Amino acid sequence: MSGAGWALFASVFLACAVEAVEATTIVLAAGTTRDWRSALKGVAAGLLVLAVVVAGLGPALTAVPLSPLRLMVGGLLLVFGLQWLRKAVLRASGHKALHDEAAIYLKQVEAARSAQTVRRGGVSDWYAFTLSFKGTVLEGLEVAFIALTFGSNQHDVPLAALAAVAAIVVVVAVGALVRAPLARVPENTLKFVVGVMLTSFGMFWGAEGAGAHWPRSDGALLVLAPATLLFGLALVQAMRVLRLRSERAAAAPGPVPAPQGPRRPLGEEALR
Amino acid sequence: MRAKARLKAFGAFWYDFVVGDDWRVAVGVVLALAVTAAVATTSVPAWWILPAAVAVLLPLSLWRAARSG
Repeated sequence: MSGAGWALFASVFLACAVEAVEATTIVLAAGTTRDWRSALKGVAAGLLVLAVVVAGLGPALTAVPLSPLRLMVGGLLLVFGLQWLRKAVLRASGHKALHDEAAIYLKQVEAARSAQTVRRGGVSDWYAFTLSFKGTVLEGLEVAFIALTFGSNQHDVPLAALAAVAAIVVVVAVGALVRAPLARVPENTLKFVVGVMLTSFGMFWGAEGAGAHWPRSDGALLVLAPATLLFGLALVQAMRVLRLRSERAAAAPGPVPAPQGPRRPLGEEALR
Repeated sequence: MRAKARLKAFGAFWYDFVVGDDWRVAVGVVLALAVTAAVATTSVPAWWILPAAVAVLLPLSLWRAARSG
């Protein structure tokens, strides 16, 4: 391979690895915290849609507008991420018990069961399926764009495609390796981290879709995710302090009760 | 009657799926995206609007949840 060939391979590999890490993070999050079967079905459905789009459009794929897709996916991920983060902070700070959450979840599942059985087909967890599907389609399209644009510019689309596939294989293999250790992390910690990741990706894609440009492009995620994590941890602390204060206020001894004497008429007591 | 109940359950599921426990958060996100899109058409940087919206929306939503018990 020539020097230009290696440069093309390395550029496409690294760019596609970044996109693959984003998609794998979302799938790992959906699978570990919700349901692996539904998450993998989401990946399969996403890959199917991608295959149809790539086969149907071919090189014309670069003309598909990415911004509306990013705006929609980013907006939804941000709303989902904030929901997860909100619940995880409430649980971590003791404002919400896990048992109550499970009961509410079961109640909602029961209420929606008729709709689910009609509309969901073979997918048991629509949430995990949708998250994985969206992540796969959006990032997969970006991988296809990168391979096509870089490859076309260097007149070597097959080499660019090979680099893209290699990046995906490496990232997915690493994802499979970290899957088992992830399963041992406490559930609420995992949900907290997932909330942080979804919120970070949601902010990133949503802003890009709305036409904003992040400083350092994809590198902004390396600041955005840790900043969101620190913000979430600070909120847990603040909510703990709030809970302790209200508990202390509730436990504080009230005024000493007056010695029991003959009962006064109700009207007289109310006036005192 | 049964179709109505199913439709209601279907709507409730999608509302819960997309909007969640606090509708104000979803509305806030939509508004922040609209503001980002508007500011992005000017020469002013617009990337900071969504992080700023998160920094306001999440504590407010948590505070409301804590107050309601």
